[in-house]
Amino acid sequence: MSGRLRRSMLFVPGNNPGMIRDAHIYGSDSIMFDLEDSVAITEKDTARFLVYKALTTLNYGKKELVVRINDLSSGIGIMDLEAIVRARPDVIRLPKTETAQDVIDCEREIERIEREAGIPVGSTGMMAAIESAIGVLNAKEIAFSSKRLIGIALGAEDYVTDLKATRSPEGIELMFARGMIVNAAKAAGIMALDTVYSDVNNEEGFIAEATLIRKMGFDGKSVINPRQIRPLHAVFTPSERDLKKAMAIMDAIAEANARGSGVASLNGKMIDKPIVARAQYLLELYERSKAMPVEEV
Amino acid sequence: MNIITTGVAGTMESSDIIVTVEPKAGEGIDLTLESDVMQQFGKQIEKVIRDTLAELGVNSACVSAVDKGALDCTVAARTMAAAYRAAESTDYVFNEVKKK
Repeated sequence: MSGRLRRSMLFVPGNNPGMIRDAHIYGSDSIMFDLEDSVAITEKDTARFLVYKALTTLNYGKKELVVRINDLSSGIGIMDLEAIVRARPDVIRLPKTETAQDVIDCEREIERIEREAGIPVGSTGMMAAIESAIGVLNAKEIAFSSKRLIGIALGAEDYVTDLKATRSPEGIELMFARGMIVNAAKAAGIMALDTVYSDVNNEEGFIAEATLIRKMGFDGKSVINPRQIRPLHAVFTPSERDLKKAMAIMDAIAEANARGSGVASLNGKMIDKPIVARAQYLLELYERSKAMPVEEV
Repeated sequence: MNIITTGVAGTMESSDIIVTVEPKAGEGIDLTLESDVMQQFGKQIEKVIRDTLAELGVNSACVSAVDKGALDCTVAARTMAAAYRAAESTDYVFNEVKKK
């Protein structure tokens, strides 16, 4: 398990000074300042100045800071990059990614700005949000398109619109996209991040969706309300039963190694390599979760 | 930067500030400020507005601001946006690079 925890990425509208000021207090693993869909077209400039000044001025501690820019084809995205690369967030999130070339084009601009501003080349991370049918089909190429990518994410609203489907509580319309994205991300060794759950008053539905995506292999999920952070982290925290089982597996492996045996078993069942890898992952997830406890909201 | 029209940025929401930049005959910055925290932070808000305009090369403008408890970074951001709008310019310059 490499890199940091990204169980929760809190969306913060880029033109809201109060939310920008308070974003770090809610305990999300990442904060994503949004210059795209949550900002009116007439306020793109004011939001850009606000996020730029906030990031160059405020101290968010060790929180991972992400900025979602507008897409480059809009002509607004390049203006976002000129400001935001200099403000040095950890990650720039590219919306509406349809092809690997979209990532490559964005990376080229980021690299140019890094050179112009005297920023170490390669220090700005990227993530790509996939929000269309063609983007989902190109998920593998997108996931492998840049060493800067820390993950790929699903943007469900635009994707479902593209499919001419409708959103459902059980999310059946997203199954193919989620499967493609999680597979592509894991093949490329990067993270898979799920879409937002918009009905903030339906905690039961939110937990069901979070549980589903964790089982599928996603590393985390975007959240639009701080109330969603705590239950999301709870879903991503291993249960005591799972922890005990993982520790027993690791003990059995250690014992077998001490005996000089290549074969280990637990409760009469053989423990093979994938089982050990999963146990290791679960224990590492637990250790990292302990290091980032859930704050009271 | 030459101010040629009226530029407004910001809102009346809590933690925000609304800044209006207008043309002025002659040199200098005429500034009027209303703030819920005038007594404690009035001078600091005024300083941020004046410093930001100076960095942008604005030497002549009438500025009015209504503050609702904005942080310095918000005051600076709203002043920048209002000034660029008042100059009808999109030649944005971002000189500051965050140190890491």
